[in-house]
Amino acid sequence: MDPSSSSSAAGLGSVDRQLQHFMEVETQKQRFQQLVRQMTELCWEKCAKDKPGPKLDGPAEACFVNCIERFSDTSQFILNRLEQTQKSKPVFSESLSD
Amino acid sequence: MEGAFGSDFGSSGGGKLDPGLIMEQVKVQIAVANAQELLQRMTDKCFRKCIGKPGGSLDNSEQKCIAMCMDRYMDAWNTVSRAYNSRLQRERANM
Repeated sequence: MDPSSSSSAAGLGSVDRQLQHFMEVETQKQRFQQLVRQMTELCWEKCAKDKPGPKLDGPAEACFVNCIERFSDTSQFILNRLEQTQKSKPVFSESLSD
Repeated sequence: MEGAFGSDFGSSGGGKLDPGLIMEQVKVQIAVANAQELLQRMTDKCFRKCIGKPGGSLDNSEQKCIAMCMDRYMDAWNTVSRAYNSRLQRERANM
């Protein structure tokens, strides 16, 4: 093993960790972005029924806020219930935890 | 956006890869992809809302509708983004 490759191997560990951390952070950011996109689309269907106006009024904005809260509640509900029914009657063979 | 899709991905010309540069370029590409996704959905929604029976061109009322729709969609996106962020922080605080 020549000197240049052994010194670069020593540096590679920290680059790997740097890139791995970067990937974890970016993946999490992307998950957030994806959910915001999905919820905006879904909630638009429910909260912006009529032709768009000159601004997003109070009731519409409140509708969007409620919408994302209820969407998150739905997601949580599904996970919880699935976990419960899994205990009595396993449906999926894999673990649910992320 | 120049250089974002360049062939020299993170390389400073000498063939050595710069992780900092790679990360920056990846971030740019992700941002571009996200913007494209957003525009695609906005176009879909606003076309549905504003264009009835398609005519020979976009008339004035249709154009005005699309413009307002774009702004409203961005308002909605921002509201959802803020509200979801709060929700996540609340969930983390309760963990």
